Amino acid sequence: MKDLGAYRPLDYFQLMEVSLRELLVEKGVVTEDAIAAAMATMRARGPERGAAMAARAWLDPAYKARMLANGSQAAEELGFEVPGLRLIVVENTPQAHNVIVCTLCSCYPRMLLGLPPEWYKSRPYRSRVVREPRKVLAEFGTRIPAKMQIRVHDSNADMRYMVLPMRPAGTSGWSAERLAALVTRDCLIGVAVPKIPKTPKTRKS
Amino acid sequence: MADARYRPGDRVRVRKAAPLGHVRTPFYIRGYTGVVERVCGAFPNPEELAQQRDGLPAQPLYRVRFRQKDVWPGYRGNPADVLELEVFQHWLESS
Repeated sequence: MKDLGAYRPLDYFQLMEVSLRELLVEKGVVTEDAIAAAMATMRARGPERGAAMAARAWLDPAYKARMLANGSQAAEELGFEVPGLRLIVVENTPQAHNVIVCTLCSCYPRMLLGLPPEWYKSRPYRSRVVREPRKVLAEFGTRIPAKMQIRVHDSNADMRYMVLPMRPAGTSGWSAERLAALVTRDCLIGVAVPKIPKTPKTRKS
Repeated sequence: MADARYRPGDRVRVRKAAPLGHVRTPFYIRGYTGVVERVCGAFPNPEELAQQRDGLPAQPLYRVRFRQKDVWPGYRGNPADVLELEVFQHWLESS
C-alpha cells in the first residue's frame, strides 16, 4: 500500500507560501501552470552549464581571463541566460583551493548549477566549513595538502560564486564535452576536484 | 548611490554591532579586521529592503578577506588560509 505519511498541519512558512501563491493566482499575477512549469524547469536543471564554462576555460585562456573578470558575462557568452546573477568565479591553482558556502541561508548560482544539494543548505556544512574547511573537505574525500592555501567564500550578500577547478593531468587533446563530463557539481562548489574515471583493466584471457 | 570609501588593499574592521532585523553581516565576522579584496558595486541596503523600504541610496558592497587564524582561536591549518565575505560599507570602519 502506498505510504501516505502521517497528517501534519502546515507550519508557519508553508502556510505563508500557500497563501501568497493562492493570492497571486487569484489576482491573475501568475497561473498555477506557470508556477508548475517554472518548478519543473528548476528541478530539471543540473550543473551542466557550469561544467561547460569550466571546460571552455580550460581550453581557451582568453575565455578564462574574461570569466575571472566577469563571471556573468562569461555565462552569457556561452548562451546561458543569467538575469540578475552576479557571478564571481574563483580559480583553483596548485597554491590555493577554493570552496563556497552561504552561512546565512543557501545562496547558490542555481541558473548555472541547478538546485543546491541538501547538505549545502544544512547547518553542519554552513557552520563548519568556514571554521574547519580542511576537516570538512576531508569528509568529502578531498584532502588538501597542508602547504596549500584554502580560500573559503561566504556568499552572504549579493554575489554568487563558482569554483573553476584545475584541469586534471592526462586530459590533453580532450574535447570540451569530454572535459565537461569530469566537472561535477561538487567540483564547482569546491568540495571535490575533477578526477579521471578509472578505466577497468582488461583482463588477460 | 553612496560613494565607495574603501579600495582594494585597505584594512577595514567590521563593526561590532547587534541591530535587530534582517542583517547580511554574519555574527561570526563582526569585530574582525580584514583587507578589501574588491569592490562589488553598490546594492540597495538589505536591512532597509526587509522593512519594505527602497534601500536607497545603494550601499557599496565589498569583498573582504580575513585570515582564518585571526577569526578562529586555535585555527588548525595553513596560516595563510583565508575567509572571504561580502560586507556592506555601513558595516565597515577604517582600521
